[in-house]
Amino acid sequence: MTDIPEILQIVGLSLLVSGTSTLIGAVVGIPVGAFLALRKFRGRNLVRTIAFTFYGFPPVLAGLLVFLLLSRGGPLGILGFLFTPVGMIIAQSVIVTPIVTGITISAVMAVEKRLHETALTLGANERQWRTTALHDARVGVVTAVMVGFGRAISEIGTVLIVGGNIRGQTRVLTTAIALETSQAHYVEATVFGIILFGIAFVFFIALARLQAKGLV
Amino acid sequence: MTLWRVAFVIAALLIVAGVSISINLQPRASPLLATTTSARDSGLLDYLLPFFLHDTGIGVRYTAVGTGQALDYGRRGDADVLLVHAPSAELAFMAENQGLCRSPVMFNEFIIVGPPTDPAGIAGMPNATDAFARIRSRSSLFFSRGDNSGTHIMEKTIWSWVGYVPSVQTDPWYRETGQGMSATLTIASEQGGYTLSDDGTFLVHRSTLDLAIDVGTDPVLRNFYSVIPVNPLLHPSVFAAGALDFARWLVGPRGQGLIAAYTVGGQQPFHPNGEDRCPP
Repeated sequence: MTDIPEILQIVGLSLLVSGTSTLIGAVVGIPVGAFLALRKFRGRNLVRTIAFTFYGFPPVLAGLLVFLLLSRGGPLGILGFLFTPVGMIIAQSVIVTPIVTGITISAVMAVEKRLHETALTLGANERQWRTTALHDARVGVVTAVMVGFGRAISEIGTVLIVGGNIRGQTRVLTTAIALETSQAHYVEATVFGIILFGIAFVFFIALARLQAKGLV
Repeated sequence: MTLWRVAFVIAALLIVAGVSISINLQPRASPLLATTTSARDSGLLDYLLPFFLHDTGIGVRYTAVGTGQALDYGRRGDADVLLVHAPSAELAFMAENQGLCRSPVMFNEFIIVGPPTDPAGIAGMPNATDAFARIRSRSSLFFSRGDNSGTHIMEKTIWSWVGYVPSVQTDPWYRETGQGMSATLTIASEQGGYTLSDDGTFLVHRSTLDLAIDVGTDPVLRNFYSVIPVNPLLHPSVFAAGALDFARWLVGPRGQGLIAAYTVGGQQPFHPNGEDRCPP
């Protein structure tokens, strides 16, 4: 039923959508997380608590909210992004960004407690200190990006509601697995499942290698 | 810190590339069909759409949901054309002026299927209402779609003829799956319950299901499908030309001939009764 080019197209779209939303999550989440961890300002604890709460934001709820936002009847309907890969990227970014932000906050704060006084005693100014803290927290920050990507590539709530599981257009690995399972095509569903697991496996092996070599 | 800057630039470039590729993936020149799950699950759409593409050069994309949700996508202007099967809900949709026109396409039969052991003893009953009444009186396990699909609306209609509205709160034998026809059939098969299905979807999955047809000849169980292009006057963003082309093709000689020729396991799941009711 599903031929090789179509499988490749589904895999490619999964990587494109989840990869792009992870990058958006990283570009937004890492600076915001570092800022929330290092800067002292009024209401910081409240903002941190909110960030940690959104960390567990249910994908299916994010899917509903982005659906209502992008629907022709909704505030951003004019853009025509519903049932498109762009819409799916927007929805997944809503899930990934808080995850990256939350884990970055934890990682940087752990470094801060350990190093802050030492750094200042050694004569570092605030700017040098911030650079050092983020550099020392890099393993945690990379973990944040990995967890964000792992969540994005494996979730089905947003991609099903916002993407609509349109064959050749918005069908990704998770929606393909759900569809094939509902059709009792268990062989196809299992093949997609193995591919999904394989992608996650290769991705995490590569990052673990990078960490072991001290590149990050 | 250089590593971070390089990573940032690469990330930004990848985002721009990703988004632009995604936008290119998205030809708005192809109409979006919101359809019932039975049209997908029976394999009919994957069979028909390549012929339409070949004939007209228009590639129709489709998203398969229940009839209720398909009509709602139309009301929101999110879909361009609808293939649905719930006449009462369709007439309400047309009365709101949401549809450009509504043409009959085809019909199949609703059937009541259940475990081969037939615990309610309804096999061979000619009347669907009597069969539902007996499922209720024997408290036999029954799975409802529960998703406001055309099949679910038909099921509720039959219960209204029985004169009883089962509910998951008060009737432990009555369950709602909230899923499409294929998934609901699988659940009924695994749990040994009855369900209402269209015969097209059942035929496709028959070999993997431990279910038998109990009631299938009641004339009230006829299941009519219509095609409705969404009204572009209410929703200027819809791809009206492509939607109308598809609706016309489907009820025209070419579409009707293909529907009549479509078989699953040697049986014909859909019977064409197309009639073009769209303005020229």
